Amino acid sequence: MGTGLKITQGTFSYLPDLSDDEIRAQIQYGIDNGWAVAIEYTDDPHPRNSYWDMWGMPMFDLEDAAGGMHEVTRCREAFPNQYIKVSLYNAKLTKQTIALQFIVQRPGHEPGFRLVRQEGADRQIRYTMEAYAAQKPHGDRYAD
Amino acid sequence: MAQGITPEKLISPPHQGTGMYKGGSNVDDRFGADKASEEFSEYTDPLREIPDDLEVDAQKLFADSKVKEVLEKLDSDLVALENVKERISEIAHLLLIDRLRRSIGLEAEPPTLHMSFTGNPGTGKTTVASRMGQILWKLGYIRKGHVVTASRDDLVGQYVGHTAPKTREVIKRAMGGVLFIDEAYNIYRLDNERDYGQETVEMLLEVMENDRQDLVVVMAGYRDKMDRFFSDVPGISSRIAHHVDFPDYSAPELLDIGRMMLDAQRYRFSSDAEQAFQDYLSLRLNRPHFANGRSVRNALDRARMRQAIRLYDSAESGRKLTKKDLVTIEADDILASRVFDDLHQTSESENNTGNGLAGTNVKSRKTAGSKGKK
Amino acid sequence: MAGTSEPGRPRWLAGVMPYKEMGYWKPDYVPEDSDIIAAFRITPQDGVEPEEAAAAVAGESSTATWTVVWTDRLTAHDNYQAKAYKVIPVPNSSPPSYIAYIAYKHDLFEEGSIANLTSSIIGNVFGFKALKALRLEDMHIPREYIKTYDGPPHGIITEREMVNKYGRPLLGATTKPKLGLSPRNYGRVVYEALRGGLDFVKDDENINSQNFNRWRDRYLYCMEAVHRAEEVTGEVKGHYLNVTAATMEDMYERAEFAKELGSVIIMIDLTIGFTAMTSMSKWARKNGLILHLHRAGYATYARQKNHGVNFRVLSKWCRLLGVDHIHSGTVVGKLEGDPNAIQGYYNTLREDKVAVNPVQGIYFEQDWAHMPGVMPVASGGIHAGQMHQLLHYLGEDCVLQFGGGTIGHPMGVAAGATANRVAVEAMIQARNEGRDYFKEGPDILKKAAKTCSPLASALEVWGDITFDFESTDVPDVLELPTPVS
Repeated sequence: MGTGLKITQGTFSYLPDLSDDEIRAQIQYGIDNGWAVAIEYTDDPHPRNSYWDMWGMPMFDLEDAAGGMHEVTRCREAFPNQYIKVSLYNAKLTKQTIALQFIVQRPGHEPGFRLVRQEGADRQIRYTMEAYAAQKPHGDRYAD
Repeated sequence: MAQGITPEKLISPPHQGTGMYKGGSNVDDRFGADKASEEFSEYTDPLREIPDDLEVDAQKLFADSKVKEVLEKLDSDLVALENVKERISEIAHLLLIDRLRRSIGLEAEPPTLHMSFTGNPGTGKTTVASRMGQILWKLGYIRKGHVVTASRDDLVGQYVGHTAPKTREVIKRAMGGVLFIDEAYNIYRLDNERDYGQETVEMLLEVMENDRQDLVVVMAGYRDKMDRFFSDVPGISSRIAHHVDFPDYSAPELLDIGRMMLDAQRYRFSSDAEQAFQDYLSLRLNRPHFANGRSVRNALDRARMRQAIRLYDSAESGRKLTKKDLVTIEADDILASRVFDDLHQTSESENNTGNGLAGTNVKSRKTAGSKGKK
Repeated sequence: MAGTSEPGRPRWLAGVMPYKEMGYWKPDYVPEDSDIIAAFRITPQDGVEPEEAAAAVAGESSTATWTVVWTDRLTAHDNYQAKAYKVIPVPNSSPPSYIAYIAYKHDLFEEGSIANLTSSIIGNVFGFKALKALRLEDMHIPREYIKTYDGPPHGIITEREMVNKYGRPLLGATTKPKLGLSPRNYGRVVYEALRGGLDFVKDDENINSQNFNRWRDRYLYCMEAVHRAEEVTGEVKGHYLNVTAATMEDMYERAEFAKELGSVIIMIDLTIGFTAMTSMSKWARKNGLILHLHRAGYATYARQKNHGVNFRVLSKWCRLLGVDHIHSGTVVGKLEGDPNAIQGYYNTLREDKVAVNPVQGIYFEQDWAHMPGVMPVASGGIHAGQMHQLLHYLGEDCVLQFGGGTIGHPMGVAAGATANRVAVEAMIQARNEGRDYFKEGPDILKKAAKTCSPLASALEVWGDITFDFESTDVPDVLELPTPVS
């Protein structure tokens, strides 16, 4: 397996990994805006995987980021080798979607994606992409 | 989010969320303490390596924390409760000095602040608990000043797998503030080993131990029942640093409370009424279901109602009302209470105990009216 | 122009009479909630009184002609006549100009047709001899009329969900040089910019299908670049494929091909006209592609203060007819724009309810009836060193396009892209942590550059570049107009 790559989904993926205090500050920003805090995890980081698994329900009534961090910690303990992201959700009319999303844990090694090209007539190419990790069944991915 | 919307929360500075009270590694910089802490972080053994004659600016920290104002306000707002005030004052001083030590890199485990409030109904437990949120916030011990109040129904579930998420939900909401558990002994039912309350107790034990920097738990209830609860679950008791007892109020203290309540509602006693209320209190104290401050509030609510009826009747009969009429509670408004019935040997039965709202039905209204004219 | 007023002249006597007296000037008129209202800046010829000039604009943009016609009496003419109801002098204007408020019943305009709306409102009147100059400053669009338009094919929320990017401005760049690159070289620039950290790359307005770069070949290489970049970043990426062409048939053909290749976005130029834009909007909704609009040519009629159509009106028309992106100014870049006016454009495009704001040049309250917002695009002469200013003025729901600021980076295109991405993420982080990022912006960038050498060199090369010219069009802060509910 090659050197792998760091997937850059989510805001802050181009910065050095956030410390827990920095994560807490971002969660607090969301809480202060009245946004819900949601935590999701996955072992299939395809950019069009819209449905990472939910770590419990979104937290709508927090006052302090500690409640969100509490769940980040529990999720990390349960899935130490998967991707985990925090989403801050804005339910306000005409704004109803995620307001900020960022990755808070990655597997130790990220093997990346395989791009498959299917050559067609007229030089057209059909592309498809798959995470190398997803070639193994759930449970066996990111084992290293 | 009904709980915890305090003025303090609204003025809390925007950076507040980032300052974590965490074993001193990243102290809340509300008082400019973290800069100093960074400066001294190079010492591996601060107790020995920091020079003994290093000065600390205690005066500035005390002034910035406004601890004096906080305690004075508590003193002026709450009648009596001297021992309670003293305990809070002790805690405040401990926290201040802890902060001062931390500011020069003398790190220690954050002090445990979980508390139990024991006492009869109406002795001010809930009031003080809600103040604790603001006090601890001002002292920089918790990040938000909110208080989440919970009882057994909020914490314990009805079926398998229901309790843990319920309890965790409440704990997470309270994080950054105070979790006030009223009648905490109801959570735990010793006689039923399959009761889900056991799970809640275990989770509370865990956060009381591991998340002290995020949450202060205050448990409240009757003294005897709390004592039994603590002996049944020794783990809880050992994690509570401050046991505060709320004594019953004396009659003069209750009168003070009554005066303050009236004042807050822009009423006052006439001098006769004050005497009458004193008499009322000494009688009421010894009757069943006496609930201290709460009984005072109820009695005054009823007196206001009787005053209203009295004023209405008198205006009906052509008298001109003045501001003085509107703000004054007269002796009659007090003396119409059923508490005096025994004294007057009237036949009215006592099947409605003192907490019932006399004067809400037509019959008592007439009684009140006729008594006033006697 | 209508003659002077003759007292007692019957309204329906054949001949010429002032517009004012034909019912187009009604100072007592109170606009109804369902009226369309326009604010025109009028500069009358010497000797023409402002009320008459306003009435003339109202008349010519609705029912009137130069003379009395009896056939008006076959209609409910009171309803169909536009009504000028207020004229306010613009302080210190020379020659004197005025803001005229004109109300139109929405019956006057075909549902869902910006072509028809504009044929009325700006159709004849700009050439009017009685006026020295005329400019449409703002329009209030009532809910009744808004509901006849489809609006953006997707809007800001759905676009963010499609590209899976939240809580920060999206980043783009226009391929440079905009003309001359062969398709293969062109695709190289696209790949480098996307793999370096941009979300989108863009065709420029004038790259369509020239002899050095035919559209089909360009699309093939660009989409190879997009997919390669998705592979190496794990992110959704896009390239705005410009489908602008001479005919609708050509545009549909190009758009269909872009769709087949898996593009998430296509683009069109304003030069294709309102009807063609509306057609492409419907196509984009039907086919699930984001629609980017390059406002090519708008400044010919939007820039000068006394003439044309203010961009805020054009913004409203484009939101109604439905685009997902529109270039709307940068504040700090190389293209014209007063900061307050530009914030007004951004609000008009993005928000659901926009309040009257004389400082931003917004004359009317506007309720968009929950029509999705358009993502404004800031493009032209901006660079990573301005990130704090860009975020401050433009907010996070926009696309920041760093063409030169990416492709001109001394360490290469990908490094240029990385510099921009790091800058925006560092600034968002600082803002969310409650820092005064506008003031501390340069420090925040410097600190982020410590772990990102591309950002360090970007700051070194462009750190001090600004385009500080006086704007040709700053809003007049007039008396607060009566809000339209």
